[in-house]
Amino acid sequence: MAGESMRDEMIEARRPPNAHRGVLKWLQRNLFNGPINSVVSVITIGVLIWALWPFVQWALIQADWLGDSRQACSGEGACWVFISARFESIIYGFYPEAARWRVDIVFALMAGLLAWLAIPKVPGKRWAAIIAVIGFPIAAYILLLGGHFGLMHVSTRNWGGLMLTLTVATIGIVGSLPIGIVLALGRRSKMPLVRAVSVVFIEFWRGVPLITVLFMASVMLPLFVPTEVEFDKLLRALVGIMLFWSAYMAEVVRGGLQAIPGGQEEAGKALGLNYWQRMGLIVLPQALKLVIPGIVNTFIALFKDTSLVLIIGLFDLLAIIRAGLTDSDWLGFATEGYVFAALVFWVFCFSMSRYSQYIEKRLQTGHTN
Amino acid sequence: MSRSPSGDRVALWRNPTFRAYVLQGVLLAALAALIGFIVANTMANLEARGISTGFGFLDERAGFSIPQTLIEYSGDSTYGRTFFVGLLNTLLVSALGIVVATIIGFAVGIARLSPNWLLARLAGAYVEIFRNIPLLVQILFWYFAVLQALPSPRQSLSFLEIIFINVRGLVIPDPQPLSGFAATPWALLVGIVAAIALGIYAKRRQVRTGKALPIYWLGAGLIIGTPLVVFLLTGAPLEWSIPELTGFNFSGGVRVLPELVALWLALSIYTAAFIAEIVRSGIQSVPQGQVEAANALSLPGGITLRKVVIPQAMRVIVPQLTSQYLNLIKNSSLATAIGYPDLVAVFSGTTLNQTGQAIEIVAMTMAVYLTISLVVSALMNVYNARTLLKER
Repeated sequence: MAGESMRDEMIEARRPPNAHRGVLKWLQRNLFNGPINSVVSVITIGVLIWALWPFVQWALIQADWLGDSRQACSGEGACWVFISARFESIIYGFYPEAARWRVDIVFALMAGLLAWLAIPKVPGKRWAAIIAVIGFPIAAYILLLGGHFGLMHVSTRNWGGLMLTLTVATIGIVGSLPIGIVLALGRRSKMPLVRAVSVVFIEFWRGVPLITVLFMASVMLPLFVPTEVEFDKLLRALVGIMLFWSAYMAEVVRGGLQAIPGGQEEAGKALGLNYWQRMGLIVLPQALKLVIPGIVNTFIALFKDTSLVLIIGLFDLLAIIRAGLTDSDWLGFATEGYVFAALVFWVFCFSMSRYSQYIEKRLQTGHTN
Repeated sequence: MSRSPSGDRVALWRNPTFRAYVLQGVLLAALAALIGFIVANTMANLEARGISTGFGFLDERAGFSIPQTLIEYSGDSTYGRTFFVGLLNTLLVSALGIVVATIIGFAVGIARLSPNWLLARLAGAYVEIFRNIPLLVQILFWYFAVLQALPSPRQSLSFLEIIFINVRGLVIPDPQPLSGFAATPWALLVGIVAAIALGIYAKRRQVRTGKALPIYWLGAGLIIGTPLVVFLLTGAPLEWSIPELTGFNFSGGVRVLPELVALWLALSIYTAAFIAEIVRSGIQSVPQGQVEAANALSLPGGITLRKVVIPQAMRVIVPQLTSQYLNLIKNSSLATAIGYPDLVAVFSGTTLNQTGQAIEIVAMTMAVYLTISLVVSALMNVYNARTLLKER
């Protein structure tokens, strides 16, 4: 019978030969496959050990972590006491202690909304977006500024630290995207005047450094409005940041608009849709989806550049740390201060860039080689 | 009067051309109103504060000193002169930054594509670390945490006893041209012109006869050799002033401001992270088939790289590279945070504080950056038009 020579089950896969697996094979294939590569590897490992080990020793092993004055620093490694002792002011700036719970609520709301928006599995994105664009700003405004519903008024002069950095970044992001979209549409308009205004606006802001824009906002904006109008310093900076970044946003969105085939709009016309319907229902949803990575990259750049507000005298995260370094009790901790500031910014920016890469992969529904 | 396809008359407000005119008219009116509002308010505010407008202040005596001046400058010079001093300092740090950022950026970008796992990862880590930290933090770090922590001049760190670095900056040898040195730069110019002419000739010859000249070697020889020969023939008229520690400070050599060093380092390292990504994506954008086709034609590796891969990668790299250079120039304005006397620091900073001519000064500063940006963008458009894929 043929059945005797037949098997019912698969032969179990055999392990690859020893020479083709394991750490050693991996090392050989990736680091030591040839004389040049071996030399490069050895040099790289040497440089890594030479540069990283002293840093690790300084930052972690010999570092001092807790305490409330510089006596807690042994002086051998980093003294993170400098950070932990003024942690509250790094987070809240000069926000009055009794009202800091309000900032905490805003932080929590923001984290919740971000999670809702960013995690693809959570349903109700439309609601999340509506709350994020309309509900959250109002709630944050009432909570942070106070003066209503029996909340103590906290002037923006007392805002500072991470809280100010996040405020500036959020308002900058939320404000610059819609202006940018309008500018991008304007730049592609068939009306010569609309196009000209958009082009001049975009090229002007893209051609000058943010710092001169902030200077302009802080010294020239008060001249532009009637004398009676009080122009808050924070508001001035925000206006400058929004105008500046909306131009960059417009160019990103324009890239997306150009990638949508003209047939899409023509089809909309054939269906009798008007301009805003064609843009809002057909072109923009496709274009914005295409440029999500570019938009997130602009967000990252905006977030990094919020640190420039220190030059016009606002106390963001970096400025608070820098102010702490000039405190006569804490001279000589510049390295700790700036490394910490760098770490905080890095964590935010790096997670944003990773998220953008993840979204890019998720939205990649086409087939590329 | 326009008509619908069926021949009926269409209401005027449904006519797209008419609507476009109305919309633009409204936009124009709104813009004019806004500008009028701003101008009227500004006039009223300036009058209330007693500030006179105009550029007359540029001829007034500045009365402050600047630590680094590439052109002659003293406290008696005018505000107009501070503008040029600041502008030159901006251009100096930008030029230095562009050179070093390009070198580091290309090295890191190529290293990211290395078959060596460790080197590729290390280059990747460099990019991810430095592009995600704000430039301002990096500038402050290099200036306050690294350069301000260096020893005093007496305990300077030195390299071969020629270059010294200490808390007051970097001291490097200073070349002192003697009489007769002027011939050497001219010889360099002649060498460059000759090399270009040779290049044109070699190309024509290759088209005509199919024979190639070793143009890279000959060109390098002309550009380096001509000035060298002239330099030696005129009796090597150049002396180096070597820095020397005398008392508490150095005599001889040139002192480079620590602010310049910090700004230079930070700008180069930060921009290099972006350039590295551009270089990597540029090289990766050349389809593998191009290299395979070159191999099939049995072109040697070097020629494949030089004639097939690099020209195609450059078409992707150059436009983005230029925009990074522009970013670097604009970012050099962060100098004001550590007190390097660039355009923004001396002009939008000190001069504005002293004269109060906010509008004129901010406008002039912006105009400088805007001019640089627009000129470079225009050149870039020309380049793009020339290297655009010819679609037939």
